[in-house]
Amino acid sequence: MSDTLIFAMEVTLNGLMAGVLYALVALGFVLIFKASGIFNYAQGVMALFAAMTLVGIMDGQVPFAHLINAIFGTKVHHFGWHVPALAAIALTMLVMIALAWAVNRFVMRFLVNTEPIILFMATIGLAYFLEGFGDLMWGADIKKLDVGLPQGINETIDEVTFGMFGYGFFIDNLDIVASIIAALLVAALVAFSQYTKQGRALRAVADDHQAALSVGISLNFIWVLVWSIAGFVALVAGIMWGAKSGVQFSLSLIALKALPVLMLGGFTSIPGAIVGGLIIGVGEQLFEFLLGPALGGATENWFAYVLALVFLVFRPQGLFGEKIIERV
Amino acid sequence: MLYREAGDFKTSYVDDSQTFPIKFDRWRYYAVLAVAFLVVPFVINDYWANAVLLPFLIYAIAAIGLNILTGYCGQVSLGTGGFMAVGAYACYKLMTAFPDVNITFHIIAAGFITAAVGVVFGLPSLRIKGFYLAVATLAAQFFLVWLFNRVSWFYNYSASGQINAPERQLFGVNITGPNTEAWATYLFCLVFVVASAWIARNLTRGALGRRWMAIRDMDIAAEIIGVNPLSAKLTAFAVSSFFVGISGALFFAVYLGAVEVGEAFGIQKSFLVLFMIIIGGLGSIFGSFAGAAFMVLLPVLLKNTLVGGLGWPTDLAAHIEFMIVGILIMTFLIAEPHGLAQLWRLAKEKLRLWPFPY
Repeated sequence: MSDTLIFAMEVTLNGLMAGVLYALVALGFVLIFKASGIFNYAQGVMALFAAMTLVGIMDGQVPFAHLINAIFGTKVHHFGWHVPALAAIALTMLVMIALAWAVNRFVMRFLVNTEPIILFMATIGLAYFLEGFGDLMWGADIKKLDVGLPQGINETIDEVTFGMFGYGFFIDNLDIVASIIAALLVAALVAFSQYTKQGRALRAVADDHQAALSVGISLNFIWVLVWSIAGFVALVAGIMWGAKSGVQFSLSLIALKALPVLMLGGFTSIPGAIVGGLIIGVGEQLFEFLLGPALGGATENWFAYVLALVFLVFRPQGLFGEKIIERV
Repeated sequence: MLYREAGDFKTSYVDDSQTFPIKFDRWRYYAVLAVAFLVVPFVINDYWANAVLLPFLIYAIAAIGLNILTGYCGQVSLGTGGFMAVGAYACYKLMTAFPDVNITFHIIAAGFITAAVGVVFGLPSLRIKGFYLAVATLAAQFFLVWLFNRVSWFYNYSASGQINAPERQLFGVNITGPNTEAWATYLFCLVFVVASAWIARNLTRGALGRRWMAIRDMDIAAEIIGVNPLSAKLTAFAVSSFFVGISGALFFAVYLGAVEVGEAFGIQKSFLVLFMIIIGGLGSIFGSFAGAAFMVLLPVLLKNTLVGGLGWPTDLAAHIEFMIVGILIMTFLIAEPHGLAQLWRLAKEKLRLWPFPY
């Protein structure tokens, strides 16, 4: 087998892994969009915020230490304790639920029945607020997130592929774990929306707000629930990306990576988010591998968007999206 | 008391449809122009020009451009930064390729080039709308920034990857380059701003503007009454990109002088201009100015009070600025979706009747 082909296979595998992570972020978008028609631009910043909170709690950082020091002239930074990873994750989840409640109570409640594009812009505002808030609360420096996930090259795959092709594939353990967790998460979400009472209520709201209200489903509760679930997905995505590349501002940019995934897969479809993520992940890695050097490199910045754009022109609703029907 | 339409008789249709139908408004407009042209250049200094006035004027042009597309035609674009970059790089290439031609023509030509690029990226708007389109315009943003970063022809193969504005003069006075005077650059930008606002105002209240607004309000209904969505949307993209391109060219050539594309025209710039028109007022030329002034002044004020006044660290002030901007965006969208321009309109309505509201 030729070298190029083997390299291409490795690139494809790595692309698949990256695609899983994109899909993870895209999932959060789809959940909120389906249930409330809100396209939540802040999803990426929520992942960043969740990861920052998690690190902050684990390290026992004092929230708003910077601000307190500036106002009172004190020098507090750490409480001096370390919280175990699982407890910290649970605490972070509580913070995300509180955030979900606050977002609904103070923002989204007032924007019911406005145009989707206004809602979208409101979530851009939310993203800005959260970004500033997270930095203010936990400091803007790059943090290391270590919740005990395995990292580094996977020896087994390396050895097996070396035996097969005479060349060991480099696959990060973390990516494998991320794919497994993403698969579990999707399964859990599907089970939740199919087999629980709340899940059915959620689907009812997604289908028709007014009909759902009239059979006694509390919209407020469902929205808080949905934003909490999105917060949970953001937390998982934040942990994965944070462990991979450190908790820093660029983490929030994964939202921008998830947008073309959504356009490709369709805004309303959970399988779409996953398939779209995989296509984008593989596509951008292969494109960079095959044509990147000829075009000057770093094509992954825009490839996903242009792919999605070209795709949209032919199929505006995405791969698995519901057909857009316009009524006059 | 002074703000009355009573006694201000209109005797022709031209009078009746003028931009400022109330005499007081008209005089106020002349007074503002007079102050801007005749007073400010004499009192301006480098700090005011670089921190407040130049960015305000240049962003106002960009905001007018985006407002035409988003506020008047209803097509949300997140590619403003990319289009500003097109204007800047087009201006740079023209400046270096034709050093003898006047800089004014370079900037206008940069506007036309950007308009052409805008039309190309506006083509998907015929198929997709709403936030699908908003996301699609992100493709323009990322692709254009990447293009100017990676293809060295655009920055004349310079080692740093930056573009630097060479020294150019107008009537013997330096406009670009390192040795400029505050008043000269200010006046140069001011002329462009006034011209842009005048063109934009008259386009938007004419037939073209009505077509845009029809598309914005309901595209299917507009199509049924005979508005061609193809031409309406693409002209909106073209005119909008023209202004955005001019502002990008000014931003690079007159204001910054040296530009690194990812830093100066990144996605943050697109959001900044979008915020300007949300806060200022969608579908209003005055709103573009108000929003630009607001978003330029807010960081300066915050920095002066928090860093200068209270002695807090700069990064803290920056975080608080992010929070405030976010809160303001959400507040405006909830409380006053038409922005500062609407508050202004309401104030004028009240003023008409003041002090006897009955």
